[in-house]
Amino acid sequence: MTAQTSRRNFLKMGAAGASMLPFLRAMPAGAQGSDTLVVVTGATINSLDLHRTGTSRASYQVGINCYDRLLTFGTKEAPGGGLSYDYTVIEPELAESWTESDDGLTLTFKLKPDATFWDGRKVTAQDVKWSFDRAVSVGGFPTVQMKAGGLERPDQFIAEDEETFVIKLDRPSKLTIPDLAVPVPYIINAVEAQENATEDDPWAMEYLHTTPAGSGAYKVARWTPGEQLVYDRNDAWVGGPLPAVKRVVIREVPSPATRRALLERGDVQVAFDIPDKDAAELAETLDVFSTPVENCIHCLCPNFAFEPFQDANVRKAIAYAVPYEDIFQAAAFGRGLPMYGGEEEITDIAWPRKTQYYTDLDKARELMAASAYPDGFEVPLSISLDLASWMEPTALLVQEALGKIGITVEIEKIPGANWRTAVLVEKRLPLHLENFGGWLNTPDYYFFWAYQDGHLFNSSNYRNEEIEDLVNATLHMPMDDPEYAPKIKRMFEIVLDELPRIPLYQPALNVATNGAEGYEFWFHRQLDVRVLKAV
Amino acid sequence: MLSSHPRLRATLWRVAQSIPVVIGVVVISFLLTRALPGDPAVYFAGVAADAASIEETRVAMGLDKPLPQQFVLYVGDLMRGDLGMSLSSGRSVVDDLANRLPASLELTLTALVLAVVIAVPLGVLAATRPGTWVDHLCRVVVTAGVSLPTFFTGILLIYIFYYLMGIAPSPLGRLDFIYLSPDHVTGFYLIDAALMGDWETWRGAAKQLILPASTLALFTLAPIARMTRAAMLTALSSDFIRTARAAGLSSRTVLYRYAFRNALLPVVTTLGMVFSFALGANVLVEKVFAWPGIGSYAVEALVVSDYAAVQGFVLAMALLFVALNLVIDLLYTAIDPRIGFDAK
Repeated sequence: MTAQTSRRNFLKMGAAGASMLPFLRAMPAGAQGSDTLVVVTGATINSLDLHRTGTSRASYQVGINCYDRLLTFGTKEAPGGGLSYDYTVIEPELAESWTESDDGLTLTFKLKPDATFWDGRKVTAQDVKWSFDRAVSVGGFPTVQMKAGGLERPDQFIAEDEETFVIKLDRPSKLTIPDLAVPVPYIINAVEAQENATEDDPWAMEYLHTTPAGSGAYKVARWTPGEQLVYDRNDAWVGGPLPAVKRVVIREVPSPATRRALLERGDVQVAFDIPDKDAAELAETLDVFSTPVENCIHCLCPNFAFEPFQDANVRKAIAYAVPYEDIFQAAAFGRGLPMYGGEEEITDIAWPRKTQYYTDLDKARELMAASAYPDGFEVPLSISLDLASWMEPTALLVQEALGKIGITVEIEKIPGANWRTAVLVEKRLPLHLENFGGWLNTPDYYFFWAYQDGHLFNSSNYRNEEIEDLVNATLHMPMDDPEYAPKIKRMFEIVLDELPRIPLYQPALNVATNGAEGYEFWFHRQLDVRVLKAV
Repeated sequence: MLSSHPRLRATLWRVAQSIPVVIGVVVISFLLTRALPGDPAVYFAGVAADAASIEETRVAMGLDKPLPQQFVLYVGDLMRGDLGMSLSSGRSVVDDLANRLPASLELTLTALVLAVVIAVPLGVLAATRPGTWVDHLCRVVVTAGVSLPTFFTGILLIYIFYYLMGIAPSPLGRLDFIYLSPDHVTGFYLIDAALMGDWETWRGAAKQLILPASTLALFTLAPIARMTRAAMLTALSSDFIRTARAAGLSSRTVLYRYAFRNALLPVVTTLGMVFSFALGANVLVEKVFAWPGIGSYAVEALVVSDYAAVQGFVLAMALLFVALNLVIDLLYTAIDPRIGFDAK
């Protein structure tokens, strides 16, 4: 990647941009160029290949900006201002068109004939097959995500001719098409990758780790892990409208205070994923987008493995004791959506939905008195140090409130590295905070991960036979099936009554801009730089 | 040959003495990282991993093997100069250290030079004029330096000089994004840029250094100034100074030739200590100024139980301190000929 960009070259490019960048303080703000944007973020991009083991979340953006998928999602107005991807609209990216067989088992994609990789070679169905084979074969996260869409084995993918790619499914599923538009199934230049593969490394993991080989809207001009990533536009991109900005610099700045100062000064145009507190304070002076994260809820989880929580009255007492509004203000600074005080009767299948619970200590005390533990009990409330910014204030408020109904809570802080093991794998924390969010935006997908027995995010060890059946029945069912909505409503009813997870609020992803527009929220919670424009 | 160079022999002997220390560090860092809470396989398997993919990750990381076998493999790699791959940064630990250690050293050394330039004269002046305004100034600076945490000073300096006044460059790490980092020779941007004759980049790198180095200097000059003052006071009240004065030597000669030289020994000792803790303590400065240094690297690696990175960091620091101690010991003998290696 750096081989093609000689030092001289890069300096020239840099110098061209420099005259317009706010680096020169004498330049009035209005004279800034529209061809370079600078983004600051607190997270580290540790690989340019999403399929690699240990690739951080922040690295997913390379998969989005530098690679194409067959399909992508449309765009809509987001709640809370700005734009958002639209889960209900599927648009072509590398595929020109696609058809589904009547039994729903065969998907046929026609590739765009003019699509080329960065090296000028035409994108063929063989490249798509190789990339999909790779995603289902390398194991780890990409393989799990492919499986969610029913894509499990290389023999399901067929390159019929140069421009025709076919997927054979074992069963029809509504999740397949959306799963083709998530970051994972991106299309790699298979010829370039195979040239750099070795016997021990048939999928060219080492090569693609540092050298992307795609057809996407941006190429990586320079990458220094822990410091910066520089994207340069690929002018031959056909996956969508050509991006307005020639170069985007992603700069890593760990301190939120520094990020904020840089943005306010106008030296950077986008601050990605800023803390709720900064979002609330900056909203008055700058453009701040706080988009509620779809299909994601911050929850308080009473673990069924802990005896007192097997008592339904105890769980309900907690749900009535939790100070929802205080938590929403103290932990989220009002960014996101509250999840309490809704109607008990379920009339729609929107998820996340407001629960029927609200803060009522008298009711909570009554429920405690009616339970098998009228005198209360002691329980540790576990939180992750990595997520302390929302978990700590939440935990303190919960501790105080539960103290009033006789439950003595001691807060246990768990180091980040230990957290996932304790909460999700061993599922051993009696009372804890959890924040699962599903990429595929359907309630059944959320329930699959968070409420089905043994599944990773079911950290409460919850098992309900009816839920098991309902989730299995709805997971692949089309959403317009007449049976779908009643089944989903029943699922809501059960879990909101049994409360293995007590929803607290729906968090927001905060992005502030100063001199950039066009920001769009995506379920993967990474920055799509292709749609950004400088103002 | 060695017998004719007692100092060289002594130096080699000191280096040889440090070998057991390094071996001990290798063993302990290996065991300690394994004793850390947390399962890196779970962490690195990603957000939606199931049991099978966690197991695959574990095998890929070599963590399924028994501990003794892991240790043998680790030592074998170490012998070949391979510190392993850091999962959190996605690069080999050797590369990471080669990039990040110089970044931290450049910052720390600049800060230390700055601190010495201010603190030593301040300490000397305070000692020669006790009770005057210089002495009080010294006391205020020392108190402020010790009591202000570095992240606070850092944010304060950014707020004043960057945010309000706009005279400092953007706190964006070692170089603003419009510069290209100089070719890697030493890893010190100031030196590398000077070697290339690229003065534009040199100025860019120097500008970026000013705020973080000042932050760190403010923190480190306190013990140095304090120690200089105390050592100078002791030296000035000793018998040999009285004799020198009585013999009619000029006050300049008395002060610098006799008193200061004798006071230097504790100052150098303090300097060594300050350097070692500053290298670790600048994590917060690194975070605030987005400085890609070794401190923030190690902390992030620790948080996610990135074994290879933590071990590499501990080993690099151990080697650095061994070298530092050696340099300080050699400095002792240069400052005070009465101290010889043989005496120890």
